[in-house]
Parts: sequence; structure tokens; C-alpha cells
Amino acid sequence: MSEFTLLLIRLAFLAMLWFFVIAAVGVIRTDLFGPRTAPAAAARKPAKPAKPQAKPKRGEPKQLIVTGGPLSGTIIDLAEAPITIGRTNDATLVLTDDYASSRHARLFPQDGQWIVEDLGSTNGTYLDRTKVTRPTPVPLGVPIRIGKTVIELRK
Amino acid sequence: MTAKRRGAQLAMLTFAVLIVMAAYASVGLAKDGQLPAGMLGYGLGLGGLMLVAYLVLAKFAPWADPLLLPLVTVLNGIGLVMIYRIELGGEERASALNQLIWTGLGIVFFTLTLVVLRDHRLLQRFTYTAAAAGLVLLMLPLVPLLGQNINGARIWVSLGGFSLQPGEFAKLALVVFFAGYLVAKRDVLALAGRRLLFIDLPRARDLGPVLITWVVSLGVLVFERDLGTSLLLFGTFVVMLYIATQRTSWVLIGILLFVGGAFVAGQIFDHVGDRFDVWLNPEKDEYYNREFGGSAQLLGGLFAMGSGGILGTGLGSGSPSLIPLSFSDFIIPAVGEELGLTGLMAILMIYGLIVQRGFRIAIVARDPFTKLLSSGLAFLLAWQVFIIVGGVTNLIPLTGLVTPFMSAGGSALLSNWMLIALLVRMSDAARKPPPQAIQNEGLTQVFQR
Repeated sequence: MSEFTLLLIRLAFLAMLWFFVIAAVGVIRTDLFGPRTAPAAAARKPAKPAKPQAKPKRGEPKQLIVTGGPLSGTIIDLAEAPITIGRTNDATLVLTDDYASSRHARLFPQDGQWIVEDLGSTNGTYLDRTKVTRPTPVPLGVPIRIGKTVIELRK
Repeated sequence: MTAKRRGAQLAMLTFAVLIVMAAYASVGLAKDGQLPAGMLGYGLGLGGLMLVAYLVLAKFAPWADPLLLPLVTVLNGIGLVMIYRIELGGEERASALNQLIWTGLGIVFFTLTLVVLRDHRLLQRFTYTAAAAGLVLLMLPLVPLLGQNINGARIWVSLGGFSLQPGEFAKLALVVFFAGYLVAKRDVLALAGRRLLFIDLPRARDLGPVLITWVVSLGVLVFERDLGTSLLLFGTFVVMLYIATQRTSWVLIGILLFVGGAFVAGQIFDHVGDRFDVWLNPEKDEYYNREFGGSAQLLGGLFAMGSGGILGTGLGSGSPSLIPLSFSDFIIPAVGEELGLTGLMAILMIYGLIVQRGFRIAIVARDPFTKLLSSGLAFLLAWQVFIIVGGVTNLIPLTGLVTPFMSAGGSALLSNWMLIALLVRMSDAARKPPPQAIQNEGLTQVFQR
């Protein structure tokens, strides 16, 4: 083996190693910015109900963001499925708040709007300053308070 | 918006095995000018093991993070190649075959953890059991007859000619305990207390667990002469406290306690003081020539990395056998010599990516126990890499710890594969779409899994 061939092997191996790292970062990238092509998840769920409108309306919320309390910063993407909030482990947003009930509240979409409904919680759910007593539509950016946790809908 | 990304995982895994095969090939080409005889065996062995791991993962944790397994494969594989290469260099204690067998057992542990532990939140019920198990494992080497002194540290247990380091498993149990304990107590730890100057002081009774961990980690340091594990456990606990309570005061208290403890230990116990001497003046003759814990090993490692330079000497062309223990604690300088700074940075990046995946799980996870456990395990790995890499590069005093997945050593491989299995289990739970409630007349909810 000549020195030169060994040098080439050496450089090729290092390039390979770094290419691996870059490929790994590429896989992570989709995590941060979403896949470039159509998501595989769409193909996976054939039973996904067709939306009434082809495209979501522009004013429709896309994310639920926790803005206050121990979970603040958590983001949940809104889909068709309702979101349950409470201390139970099978809730979509699991709270550890002593002031929250195990099944505290529910958010569900109806005619392009998201509705918040209190599920008979002990300490109540507040939309802005008013207590939620019946299912109420949630406007964008208006805080919903559950115990110490504050969530809001964003585009 | 998560897909399973099984394809990406398989592609990366194949790539990882190819890298390892290429590494074997380049060792052989540099040493005897031909492809090594063992290459196919080791390569296929590793490839087969990883295929098994992949299938297990696809069956039992289909939503798991696609990167964890390939990243670990590269590290484990490069470790194998280095050990193989050091064994060729004439070091009898290094055995690539043993390491491959241990890797196989590691995959078995990985599989068992994934199959048995279908829901990691079950671990939360065993908070105090985990604490007891961790402490027993940690203390096991101190039992007369059972424990063994090797290289000045009493961290081995031998059972019928078979020796293990129970401390490696203790750290997993203790992280489970920390996570469970902190989930239950974090409000008390964060909110009760007085404010002094600009830090929030916790109440004295809440300091209890911190003090106990401190005492235990110092106990390990004193009685087992294992500086590395002591630093590892205490650091992990302090960081998990910080993550749980978001109070900087805990970090300050933790650092002060540890620095104080280490300083006092350095004054009282010779073996701790020696580490500081070697760290500060490795070039002094009296430290260099010291029989136990001298600086010859450290300087050997530094010179090896120096001779590697930016691009390294190439796999198989360096002389890592000159560094004592280059197959275990000092595998990083051996890699640094043969792959150079470029290769070493790639290895460190791979560790960084694994840790990033761990923290990512913590961000995505929806319940606090998962958040704490995954960030704790990720930090444990990061901290361990920092302690050993910092040690061999003389950034911090050198303490003996294995480099996760790379160093020769069965117990460490097994426990680190279990750690990865726990991360995989949690990432599966975190990335799985939440159970969808099907509305039934608006009255009852049926949950579909």
C-alpha cells in the first residue's frame, strides 16, 4: 500500500463519517421544519374524514400553545380530533396542576371554530375572565385558564 | 405531525454498518495491505445484531425516534474497530471478540427492556424501589468476598469468574428514582422557601434528598475510590433538580456542595489529591513517575492526540498501544490519534445528536415523568462523555469512566444499551399520535388506541 493510497483511504473515511453526521442532521431537520414533501402520515390514515372545505379558512387556528403554568411552551398541533385537558394520563394535554380535575375540559372543532367545554371540573375553566358554563367558541389568542395553566389558540 | 420514518431509520442503519465495515477495511489495508480476515465476520456480526435490534424496534416501538439506533451503532462499531486494532497492536487485554459478544448481550438487554417495559410510566410506581435498588447496586462492591479491587478502584463484583460493575446499572436506577421523586416533590422544592438576595433558598427539610445524594456520592468517592461515578451521579441529580424546579439556586447549592466536598476530600484522601496534582502539573517528574495514578497515561494520551493532528494518522497507522488502557478509559485519545481532530469531532457530534434526541423526547413528551426521565438520561450520557473526554484532554481532573458505547467493558455496554432502550420506549410514546376520542352522540367517549 503506497502512502498516497492510504492518505486517500483516510480522507475518504473521514468524509464518510461526516457525511453520516450530516445525513443524521438532515433527518432531524424534518423534525424542526416539517417534511419537504407530503407527509407519510396522510397516506397512513385512509379513514381520515374528508374536510368540508378543501382548504382551512385563513382565520382558523392551527396550534394550541401553553402560555402559562408548568407546561408553558408546549405546542399541540390542532387536527380534526378533539383535545382533552386534565390530570389523567390519557388526556391530550396532561396537567400536573393540583387545581385541575382529572378530566377538566375539552376543546373540539365545530364548523371551523374551536369550542371549549368544561367537563364538570371542580375549579372551573375560564375563557379570558368569564367562567365557561356551556360550550363556548374560542377566538384566536384569547387565554383559557385551567388552574395555573393558561393556553391559547394560535394560527 | 410525526411520521414513523422507518425508511430513514433503515437507511441510516445500513450507512452506519457500512461505516464500520469501511473502518475495518482501512485498518487491514494500513496494517498488512489487504482486507482483514476478521472484517466480514465482525461486520456481518454487527450488521446482524443491528438488524435484530431494528426488527425489535419496528415491532415493539414503531413510533420510536429513527436516529437513536443508527447513531449508537456507529459509536459501538467504531469502538469495536478501535479495540480490534489495539488488539492487533499487541495489547492482550483488548479483545474485539469479547466486545462483540458483549454488544450482542447489549442488544439482548435492549430487546428485553423494550419487550418487558411496554409503558415506561410504570417505572414511576417503583420510585423508591428504584432508589433502594440503586443504592444496593452501588454498595455491592463493598461487600467483602463479593467486591474486588481492580486498578485501585473497588467497583467490581465477581461472581464465579465473571465480573461486573454494578454501579453502571445503579446509575439508571437512580435516574428513575430522581425522576419519580422530583415529579412528586417539585412544587414543594420550587415554591416553599425564602428569598435571600437574588436566589430563592429552599426550606431546610426539602434539602434532605439533595444532602443524601451528596453524602452517597461522596461515600462512593471515599470507599470505592471511584471519582467518576460520584461526579456523574451528583451532577445528574443537580441538573434534574434544576429541570424540575427551574430554580438556579439549586444549581448554585449543588456546585458549592460538590466543590466543597471535593476540596475537603482532596485534602484528606491521597488518591483524590493525586488527581488534582496530576491535573495541574502533569509534566512534573515526580507525578510522571508515580506508580499509581501517575501522569504518564494522561501525557501519553495528549501526545497521541497531538501526533494525530487535524486529519489523524489513519486507522491502523498510529500507535495507540503506547497509551496504557487505550482500549477502555483512553479510547478517545486512540481515536483522536488515528482519526485526528476531524474524526474526533464527528464522534463528539454523534454523541451530541444522541443527547439532542433525548432532550427532544423531553420536549415532545406530554407528562412530567417522561420529560424528567428522558432529559435525565440524556444528560447522564452527555455528562459522562464530558467527564471522560474532559479528563483525557486535561480540561478537568481525570476520573476513570468508560466512554459510553466505545470503551471495552461489558457492564457499561449493557447498561448503556438499556439506557437507549428506555429513550426509544419514551420516544415511541411521545411521538405516537395521541389516542383519538370518537364522539358517540356527545355523551360517552370511546378511546381508540
